[in-house]
Amino acid sequence: MFELLGIPPQALFGQVLLGLINGSFYAVLSLGLAVIFGLLNIVNFAHGALYMMGAFVSWMLLTYVGISFWVALVVSPVIVGGIGMVIERTMLRPLHDLDHLYSLLLTFGTTLVISGLFQNFYGVSGKPYPIPAALTGVVNLGFMFLPIYRAFIILMAVIVCFSTWFLIERTRLGSYLRAATENPEMVGAFGINVPLLVTLTYGFGVALAAFAGVLAAPVYSVNPVMGNDIIIVVFAVIVVGGMGSIMGAILGGFGLGLVEGLTKVFYPEASTTIIFIIMALVLLLKPSGIFGREI
Amino acid sequence: MTPKNTSAGTITPAAQSQAMLEVSGLNGWYGESHVLYDVNLRVNAGEVVTLLGRNGAGKTTTLKAIMGLLKARSGSIRFQGNEIIDTPARSVAKMGVGYVPDDRGIFGSLSVMENLLLPPKVAEGGFDLPAIYELFPNLEERLDSYGDKLSGGEQQMLSIARILRTGARFVLMDEPTEGLAPVIIHQIGRTVQRLKKAGFTILLVEQNFYFARELADRHYIVQEGRVIDEFRNDEVSKNLDKIQGYLGI
Repeated sequence: MFELLGIPPQALFGQVLLGLINGSFYAVLSLGLAVIFGLLNIVNFAHGALYMMGAFVSWMLLTYVGISFWVALVVSPVIVGGIGMVIERTMLRPLHDLDHLYSLLLTFGTTLVISGLFQNFYGVSGKPYPIPAALTGVVNLGFMFLPIYRAFIILMAVIVCFSTWFLIERTRLGSYLRAATENPEMVGAFGINVPLLVTLTYGFGVALAAFAGVLAAPVYSVNPVMGNDIIIVVFAVIVVGGMGSIMGAILGGFGLGLVEGLTKVFYPEASTTIIFIIMALVLLLKPSGIFGREI
Repeated sequence: MTPKNTSAGTITPAAQSQAMLEVSGLNGWYGESHVLYDVNLRVNAGEVVTLLGRNGAGKTTTLKAIMGLLKARSGSIRFQGNEIIDTPARSVAKMGVGYVPDDRGIFGSLSVMENLLLPPKVAEGGFDLPAIYELFPNLEERLDSYGDKLSGGEQQMLSIARILRTGARFVLMDEPTEGLAPVIIHQIGRTVQRLKKAGFTILLVEQNFYFARELADRHYIVQEGRVIDEFRNDEVSKNLDKIQGYLGI
């Protein structure tokens, strides 16, 4: 078997795959944050907790009602997205005209409340969630073994990211969204219901987080703190990609996941910090992010 | 004759029935500061009426108050007989009021085509795209360009064009000539004339008195947040000194 820079290909491709899987979660999560930040101008600190809720809701659906992974893939984001819309309507909207710091604090507090509630009822030990039967097993690609469920995660993330990009950049609804991001007052003066658009957008961003949570349930254990670590990395991803940039969130998510995976191969000591090093460099060289518009 | 009193009380019942827009006793505030004082004006169906006045006189604010974009307001604004003083801008738009703002309100991150298609239709009978391209040939050449890449004149044309698509028959137009070259001003003037012939009703804010004079049926003079005088266009010549005094030209 050939070797690359003294690294066996199994290890290299294994880490590339792991990088792409992490990147898939980074991409879907930062996409939701970017959509929310774009229109509402708030950094949704609750994103990690809502991701966790997505995983938990699918676990609950399976455990208590016997609803399968496939149904949960749709139902859980709808439920959690609905909860997100209630949060927006009842708590975020009254803060709309205040400094953005208030909504940041609110979403941060919401995170503590949500994960506190789940910890209270379910403890911090993980709940197992089985891989759906149709997606168990591995495929031998010749140079590596590819677990089917992991490939499914990447495929789903790519589909969701592309669909979201298409929705925002290429449809009429997306043009309302981009226009309202730029000048909500003017969009309202055309007869478009901007407050409704804001609620739906927040719900959609939250649903993306929940979708990532459902995908994560079979690979990471479902537990109340599962969103805490990943959300910090995701914030770094959106800073690198550019706050509010859809393409930046997608490419930043996959790209940084891949970089993280490769770092594990070539210099494992730096693998947990590499994303933050890149973030620091981007902030120094192009503070608006790689795909961000200059302010 | 120059009617000094422009309040609704002096208008004959016959004329009143044609009023498309009737503003009476309109007051407006920006935060703590009182900026509109008992503004009275009316616009009859099919008329082009201007608000003339110096910088900062309250013309733009009056349009914003009518549109519902200035929320701190009191008094009465009746559009086609319906009271809209408490109506939000999006509902005013749906009643058939088009708004062309002073900053043109073009979305820089949207293409010309997207900008054009953005405002939803509010009534039947709006211009279709071929009619818009005929009116503004420049826009057709730039459909894929982004809004922030357009010249000021192109932005102004786009700002008017997208309202024409919606079917709104009453247009609030805020200084469409501001900062534009004479040839473009001329083109916009021709457009306003065509709209008037097509039966549109237009309330136009202008600083360019010579432009306004070519187009309007009536003029209101706005000063320090009040409507202080009114002239029919055929009375302008004999009141020229007075008007120029008001406008400081």
